[in-house]
Amino acid sequence: MRGETTGALRRELVGFAGIVERNTYLIRRFVWWELAWFLYTVANTLTIVFIAKGVEAGGYRLDVNREMIILLIGAVVWSYLGLVFEIETETVAWERWEGTIEYTFMAPLSRPAHLLGMGAFAVLYGVIRTVALFGLVAVMLGVHFTNPNFASATVVLAASSFSFVGIGMITAVLPLISPEKGAQLGFIAQGLLLVVSGVYYPVDVMPGWMQAIATISPATYALHGIRGALLDGQSVSQVSGDLWPLLVLGVVAIPVGLAVFRAGERYAKRHGSLKRNG
Amino acid sequence: MLVPAGRSIVPPGGRVSIEPAVEVCDLRKEFIRRDGSRMRGQGRRRRVPALRDVSFTVDRGECVAILGQNGSGKSTLVRVLSTLLLHDGGSARVFGIDVAAKPRAVQRLVNRVSVEASFFKRMSPDENLSYSARFYGLTPRQTRTAIPEILRRVGFPPERRGEPMEDLSRGMQQKIALARALLTSPVLLLLDEPTTGLDPRSKIEVQELVRDMRRRHDCTILLCTHDMTEAEVLADRVGILHEGVLLALDTPAEVRDRYGAETLEDAFMAATGRSFEDEAEAEVHA
Repeated sequence: MRGETTGALRRELVGFAGIVERNTYLIRRFVWWELAWFLYTVANTLTIVFIAKGVEAGGYRLDVNREMIILLIGAVVWSYLGLVFEIETETVAWERWEGTIEYTFMAPLSRPAHLLGMGAFAVLYGVIRTVALFGLVAVMLGVHFTNPNFASATVVLAASSFSFVGIGMITAVLPLISPEKGAQLGFIAQGLLLVVSGVYYPVDVMPGWMQAIATISPATYALHGIRGALLDGQSVSQVSGDLWPLLVLGVVAIPVGLAVFRAGERYAKRHGSLKRNG
Repeated sequence: MLVPAGRSIVPPGGRVSIEPAVEVCDLRKEFIRRDGSRMRGQGRRRRVPALRDVSFTVDRGECVAILGQNGSGKSTLVRVLSTLLLHDGGSARVFGIDVAAKPRAVQRLVNRVSVEASFFKRMSPDENLSYSARFYGLTPRQTRTAIPEILRRVGFPPERRGEPMEDLSRGMQQKIALARALLTSPVLLLLDEPTTGLDPRSKIEVQELVRDMRRRHDCTILLCTHDMTEAEVLADRVGILHEGVLLALDTPAEVRDRYGAETLEDAFMAATGRSFEDEAEAEVHA
């Protein structure tokens, strides 16, 4: 009995590694596309962060460096969340396009191993890309940090990843249910999540109903915690007010994400939408 | 990793299976289709039966071909058996295991080769085989030796192992598809029109590989095709599936006798009342 359990666990871990391996191959094969996309993100981030300098040039008084850091963190978290969502959602859409989707779903790979494998890859790749983006833009604009706590910011980003992966699982089900519109709906979900989370502005400037939604968005706490760590040097204990909601949301989001995906998979198997498209 | 002929099938629970490889009983599957416009309030939803009370068994080690036109229900049958579709009624078992109740157990026993090779086209054969083998629990140490060995067996040139799939011919891609299935040592192999669209030489090579798999691996094969010659050459028994109904299932000779036909094609026409030319014409007018 113990041997069976060990064998099953071993198979799950090998399958989990297979998902990470596959996505690594894909990134390697599309390396120039990835580089182009990275440069586009750098340009996009620069246009956002330059807003602070533009406001100062318009005659308004503000702490430009601080505002640039606030905008930079917003743009970088947007990019990170976008990547996690894209890998979770687009992989299903991509598999449908390539025609491999049926082979993945008929393999003896549990859905948690499948989806968590995609999430693990998304977080690994996302962190590398985010650090590169943050560092490059900060250097290009000459942003200086007076008292940053990078370790604390990393802990907040790591904690937020669980809930981002969980929500990514929920959006990943959309291409299963709606082959034509699913992936686009995922982008809408990502946009809605960030607009209520104070991505470039404080949450309290939004209408009350949006502020209410912001309290259940992990991006709200991720942005607040990372800004506290990098702008004010807050330690892990000082950002615990953002950490614990992130951990609670993560603990809830992953099982909910798995359950939603399972329900979507069952729907797709019932209605015959789990097949090649394109 | 290759399993020698004569092995026993041991499903979860540890007992050696004496069940048929495939046991399908009164299997039903319907799809909902919408007619006309998809605008609000327009277009009528209707139920289209894909499989109507289909019953048959396939014995262990047997090769059964299911003949049918496009839309006859062949692919639906393969998808139900490979756990990709949930059926609406009846039952389907693979080595005694219910496909809907215990899909993971079935998935460990089954693999499939379909009409489209279905790979990540920018990735190489090595990469495609490698990651997909992980889903069946094969470690990098196992695939390091198993992949070159299987590619050699299917006659794939070793120097092309690193090339993107999109640079390979359809015949080559289909050989990789067979290698992918072989790599996981399936005891039930579902072949859904594996040679459709291949040139004559590639077709013969793929058919020879299928024969070889059966000979060397004690593999049970369910072949869905509309190629009568292929069915006659590869299969022990031949079934005719028409509009979701299994009209006949017997040896090729007995199917011919049953319909008083000289060829399997004539028997098919007598059974369905249609020829493949009719079907082609219907598609043109559709």
